[in-house]
Amino acid sequence: MTRINPEIIKKDFPIFNQDIHGRKLVYLDNGATTQKPLQVIEAMAGYNKIAHGNPHRGAHKLSVEATKAYNSSKETVRKFINAKSTEEIIFTRNTTESLNLIAYSYGREFINEGDEILLAISEHHSNILPWQRLAKERKAILKYMYLNAEGRIPLDEIKNKISEKTKLVSVGHMSNVLGTIHPVEEIIHHAHRVGAVVVVDGAQSAPHMKVDVQEMDADFFVFSGHKMLGPMGIGVLYGKKEILEKMSPFLLGGDMIEYVYEQEATFAPLPYRLEAGTQNVEGAVGIKAAMEYLEKIGLDKIEEHEKELTQYALDRMLSLPYIDIIGPKDLEMRGGLISFTIDGIHPHDIATILDSYGVAIRAGHHCTQPLMRFLDLHATSRISFYLYNTKDDVDQFIEGVKNVRKWFGYGS
Amino acid sequence: MDLNSIYSQLIMEHNRSGHNKKHLPNPDITEKGHNPSCGDDITLELKLNGDTIEDAAFTGVGCAISQASTSMMIDLIKGNTIEEALKLVEIFLGMIKKEVTNEEELEKLEDAIVLQNISNMPARVKCAVLAWHTLKEALSDV
Repeated sequence: MTRINPEIIKKDFPIFNQDIHGRKLVYLDNGATTQKPLQVIEAMAGYNKIAHGNPHRGAHKLSVEATKAYNSSKETVRKFINAKSTEEIIFTRNTTESLNLIAYSYGREFINEGDEILLAISEHHSNILPWQRLAKERKAILKYMYLNAEGRIPLDEIKNKISEKTKLVSVGHMSNVLGTIHPVEEIIHHAHRVGAVVVVDGAQSAPHMKVDVQEMDADFFVFSGHKMLGPMGIGVLYGKKEILEKMSPFLLGGDMIEYVYEQEATFAPLPYRLEAGTQNVEGAVGIKAAMEYLEKIGLDKIEEHEKELTQYALDRMLSLPYIDIIGPKDLEMRGGLISFTIDGIHPHDIATILDSYGVAIRAGHHCTQPLMRFLDLHATSRISFYLYNTKDDVDQFIEGVKNVRKWFGYGS
Repeated sequence: MDLNSIYSQLIMEHNRSGHNKKHLPNPDITEKGHNPSCGDDITLELKLNGDTIEDAAFTGVGCAISQASTSMMIDLIKGNTIEEALKLVEIFLGMIKKEVTNEEELEKLEDAIVLQNISNMPARVKCAVLAWHTLKEALSDV
């Protein structure tokens, strides 16, 4: 397999043409959002210049063009995750909306008193709060799978927590704090044996590795466009057709109906039934271009590249005695993001000082307060890679970290 | 952005010294301050004598800026009346918003004047103002 050359890839991304505080930009906050290549920026501009209309509405040329663009994006998304049909692809605003939609439209209908909803303690708030509300409303029980010292969900924990009472399991494919890739196939296998449905939050995984929803056998799989080179404001909800068909609409309004009378209405077939109102066609065009860009380079190559960078960064970080890695210290079942702490220095100070060296990283609780409490931490710093990052970026980051130490009066 | 002026010697000293970071034996007022977007979390304790703040201390976690800002504030308000302390809070918050620029006014803030330039770093403003909002909250109930 030929490797990708991030230096050449970087040339497609106009954001890297600027200096940040007088220095070359080292962007290591890809877990939060990713940058856009010209191919995505131009596809969206092109749509706005020549093809913008309201889809599925008028009979005029531009409405037809917008409809074509929207539908063609759905087909690209379908192929990207290997769903059976485009009826199984619902566009949302983001992962958060996708999860809320499932909790509302599936959860309220099929979760009853005493039923158990199971999450991992590492979930992002967006994969906790909708289930908390649902559990309260339906008098259901919210349970958590806890992690071992390596940040992984042990097989025993999966077996012990999934019972006949379990009706829904929602789990992050890859932790946005630890970088751990959770064993979703095992979880799905055990959940299906007791008839529970499984939601996989792919916000951190789908951009970085090949996902095949049929092979995985997930009942729902959700992710966001802006973490995979696409624009903000477009997200995906994949659901198995037989499950989506049983769900009542989330939002009601235009474009999702069949007949509307004064006192009642019937709804359009999938996927439109779950997409009320004028949709984000520009975003759909953007996510399509992003997926095409990623596929042209190859997700297997991107994954390999990130592994190489992660190994390189882990080696360099582990050689500095004042850095603690939060999460697995090897490449086994982990993705390209690394959380860490530095002795005596708060993560926010680390991020602020690194920023002055042009290095963009994330600091804080990463929208995972229950995980932070479980790990007995208040906050961590996090670096996260993508296809355009280089070993030189890692070196700049390490130099920056040594400077942070100096600012705080420590020797390097 | 001038990192030097933010991470000045003074901030580092306050951040590290911890001379105000402790529990008071019998505080009259205990007020929690929390910054949900970043997780900074402090508890302010005040000992009153009539309407005078006789003693003050804090516990909690946060970055160098929020910890130093809290410590500087405590040094400043100890021995002040509630009214004087609230006035200082207004001057500090006004300085951060660049609404108070009068040198004479600003000098009343003593050490805390070094946080004047934090407004050039919007991402860190919340860290600097946490303790001051917490104090305002604490005293508003008295």
